[in-house]
Amino acid sequence: MRRPVNEIKLRFPSRSANEGFARAAVACFAAQLDPTLDELGDIKTAVSEAVTNCIVHAYPDCLGDIRMRVRIFPDGCLEIVVSDRGCGITDVEQARQPMFTTGGTERAGMGFCIMESFMDTLRVRSRPGVGTTVTMSRRLRARLSANAAPGGPSD
Amino acid sequence: MKVSYRQEGRTLTVALQGELDHHAAQGVLRGIEAAVDTRLPLRCVLDMGGVDFMDSSGLAIVLGTYRRLRELGGSLALARVPNQARRVLSAAHLDRFVSIEGGGT
Ligand SMILES: Nc1ncnc2c1ncn2[C@@H]1O[C@H](COP(=O)(O)OP(=O)(O)O)[C@@H](O)[C@H]1O
Ligand SMILES: [Mg+2]
Repeated sequence: MRRPVNEIKLRFPSRSANEGFARAAVACFAAQLDPTLDELGDIKTAVSEAVTNCIVHAYPDCLGDIRMRVRIFPDGCLEIVVSDRGCGITDVEQARQPMFTTGGTERAGMGFCIMESFMDTLRVRSRPGVGTTVTMSRRLRARLSANAAPGGPSD
Repeated sequence: MKVSYRQEGRTLTVALQGELDHHAAQGVLRGIEAAVDTRLPLRCVLDMGGVDFMDSSGLAIVLGTYRRLRELGGSLALARVPNQARRVLSAAHLDRFVSIEGGGT
């Protein structure tokens, strides 16, 4: 198993005000990889999509727990896991299709597509009545090779 | 999210300011639709110059406004689109049927 060089865990209630908090927190943490503005924008957008889905879809009429884990690997890979214990998704393949939404006109059905195109990998695991876990990663390679990779605990 | 309207002839400019996410954008589409329904513009311009961040909640607003305009025989354009929002629009291929005017940042 690859070992992360750094890791944060967050846990917060599914209040919509926390959408901004979640993406800002991940952006701050990712800053140590010296990402470009575009990379940072892509990561914030992907986080916003995953967290918004928990708030809007997983817990439609109650507050629930959202957990995030963000890890940095030695190769400059940023991995983000967002999970909820909400209603779950019956058909993940269908949910990932562009324009598919159960959320009416205020949703575009493009959340998973955005996560997919802005990140290198996206995995969605879900069980109806149990919850959903979205795992996505993006390697921030260009800058990291120019600088030293993050190393020991004190740097 | 701050929304302000300016009308010149049959052109309605809607200026959006702030973070265009689900939290901030709740009810924004309904407000724009109501303004379009009462002012009946032939052309609507969404001025995105003040949008600091946009996710797919913003796409729903662009799409909803586009549909409403099309139903009424009008057209929609986006102006001053910042780079981050532009990346979201093109990931969703919205830039193929909504015209994007001028440069952003
Ligand atoms: N965390 C989640 N819990 C339950 N359902 C979800 C979750 N995330 C996504 N979904 C389902 O997948 C659909 C597609 O999600 P997405 O692509 O983000 O589009 P949107 O959020 O605009 O509906 C949602 O409409 C919803 O039915
Ligand atoms: Mg979504």
